[in-house]
Amino acid sequence: MNKFNRRNFIKVSGGALGVAAVSATTFYTPSAYAAKARVVIVGGGMGGATAARYIKRLDPAIDVTIVEANPTYHTCFLSNMVIGNERKLDYLAHGYAGLAKEGINIVHDTVSAIDDNSITTASGKKLAFDRCIVSPGVSFKFIDGHNEKLANTKVPHAWKAGKQTQLLRDQLTSMKDGGTVLICPPRNPFRCPPGPYERASLIANYLKKSGKKKSKIIILDPKDKFSKFGLFREGWKNHYGFDGQQNGGEKSMITWIKAAEGGAIEELDAKNMTVTAAVEDFKADVINIIPDQKAGHIAHVAGLVDKSGWCPVNLHTFESTIRSNIHVIGDASIAKGMPKSGYAAASEAKVCAASVVQLLNGQSLTTPSYVNTCYSILSTNPADGISVAAVYRLREDGSKIQKVSGGLTPSGKDYNASHRAREVQYALSWYENITSNTFAD
Amino acid sequence: MRYKLLAISTLASVLVVGCSSEEVVKKDAPAAKAKPALMMGASASMLSETCEGCHGTSGNSSGPAIPSIAGMSEDYLVEAMEDYLSGDTQSTIMGRIIKGYTQDEIESMAKYYSSQTYIPAKQATNATMAKKGKQLHNTYCEKCHSDGGINIEDDSGLLAGQWMPYLQYSLEDYTNSDRTISKKMKKKLDALIAKEGHAGVKSVIQYYGSYK
Repeated sequence: MNKFNRRNFIKVSGGALGVAAVSATTFYTPSAYAAKARVVIVGGGMGGATAARYIKRLDPAIDVTIVEANPTYHTCFLSNMVIGNERKLDYLAHGYAGLAKEGINIVHDTVSAIDDNSITTASGKKLAFDRCIVSPGVSFKFIDGHNEKLANTKVPHAWKAGKQTQLLRDQLTSMKDGGTVLICPPRNPFRCPPGPYERASLIANYLKKSGKKKSKIIILDPKDKFSKFGLFREGWKNHYGFDGQQNGGEKSMITWIKAAEGGAIEELDAKNMTVTAAVEDFKADVINIIPDQKAGHIAHVAGLVDKSGWCPVNLHTFESTIRSNIHVIGDASIAKGMPKSGYAAASEAKVCAASVVQLLNGQSLTTPSYVNTCYSILSTNPADGISVAAVYRLREDGSKIQKVSGGLTPSGKDYNASHRAREVQYALSWYENITSNTFAD
Repeated sequence: MRYKLLAISTLASVLVVGCSSEEVVKKDAPAAKAKPALMMGASASMLSETCEGCHGTSGNSSGPAIPSIAGMSEDYLVEAMEDYLSGDTQSTIMGRIIKGYTQDEIESMAKYYSSQTYIPAKQATNATMAKKGKQLHNTYCEKCHSDGGINIEDDSGLLAGQWMPYLQYSLEDYTNSDRTISKKMKKKLDALIAKEGHAGVKSVIQYYGSYK
């Protein structure tokens, strides 16, 4: 559904169109009118698709092209509901028809190089740009014995939603009662900090619901703390028998082994379904290794990363501090102060879109505003959801995106069961809104 | 009330929230490290765009638990946000978010969403209940929520075409005193429940949900 008001588009763009007609260029412009500037967006995930839509919304005279390898995008957020057998994979799927209808060019191809004024694709296409926005997501640093091929067939990371999400779900649904599931979260920083722990919750939820109550989930963690720490542990106690003193215990479906107790993993023996951790080996029926992460592949090829493996950016424009005219948003960027989440990527995209439009129009930059909201589902029966939210401002010196309000769902003595049930409903409604806001579907 | 809100929501004081008391004491000392200055003055559209991920594009929600906020009365929207800020309306998440905005920003976001075109939610309703609900609406609600709850001139909430699960939550909050309720409304709502029970409330919700 096209929710933007076309009449307003025309009203806003009337002046701009006039300018465009005079300065029409000979570059490739599939739109009906000659563009006054071209923006090429590398990657059509939450960051890229949102940036495209908001640039078009702010200035329809700018020619916007998304280059994205896949015809369908599966959201990572709520993919744990698929793994936990609460939703089908299709629930996560979004196409690009809605964005195309709004006048955004969609090219399904892989970007192989980013030059100063154009990108080149794997199929040999060259697309010129005045400004480029790179939103490549993450890529993985596999441990010994693990690789993408194995992840596609036997030991999924399922940290980019799609076939591996389905594979992990199928492995869980065919696992017999009494089986062991290993979840191995990555080191910081990584995409979706609460994700591995929501995954543990929703796998436990599935095992409980399907009567596989003798099964165990072991989390081998290279960290000693994690996102929404108290909330997850309280939820595991309430729903899955978790004893905080023991980080699990006899009666708990979930055991958490932290770094200090040998949680960091070193090697995978896929043949014997065994993971070597710092202190001992763990054999399991289902193994989910979520590798350590770095910026998506193209960011490395294009020389946009620093020593950390992530992309340093100006926090106002998201322009790379390494290469000019190229902006990096979403998980790949170092958005100091903001987490690597889908909502954050979309929020960065909106700030970046406003800045790019202002830069292309020779206007001065306006003040940005950023928000993150992030839900995790602990249990579906009873319904128990939690969230973290934050509003941010840019520091005047541009050094950080500073949180000014927000926080976590109340817990402990402030626990409110009816609010927890609502948070699950909010999470599902949030999903509908954030995806339709990004993909116009 | 307004004065108090201003004081709460100026960014300087917002930044003090979240510091340990020790840090606050340090801040008062003359040689204290100054808090970093923040860029202020974001436009209404920049501020409002950040809401769309949850409340839908242009404030028209696609998710039944989250209300559409497009086309509502400006005063109503300001009051709704102020009530989240003060805690007069209990909430799961809005109370945490709204503390990040100044009074001026609250007003500019209200103005922005008030000027957006409202699209009634598409949802299945029970015709029999909606018919009953219409009668009950006319008796108990129409005086303030005029024209079947679509007219915003009276600065009351926009009810017609609003998502029913959201309306259900709101009415639960009103009846449980988790949301500020005017004396007038409380009297009417109590009378409706006394006469028709919670089934009556459900019928009224079906009536609003049936608006096309």
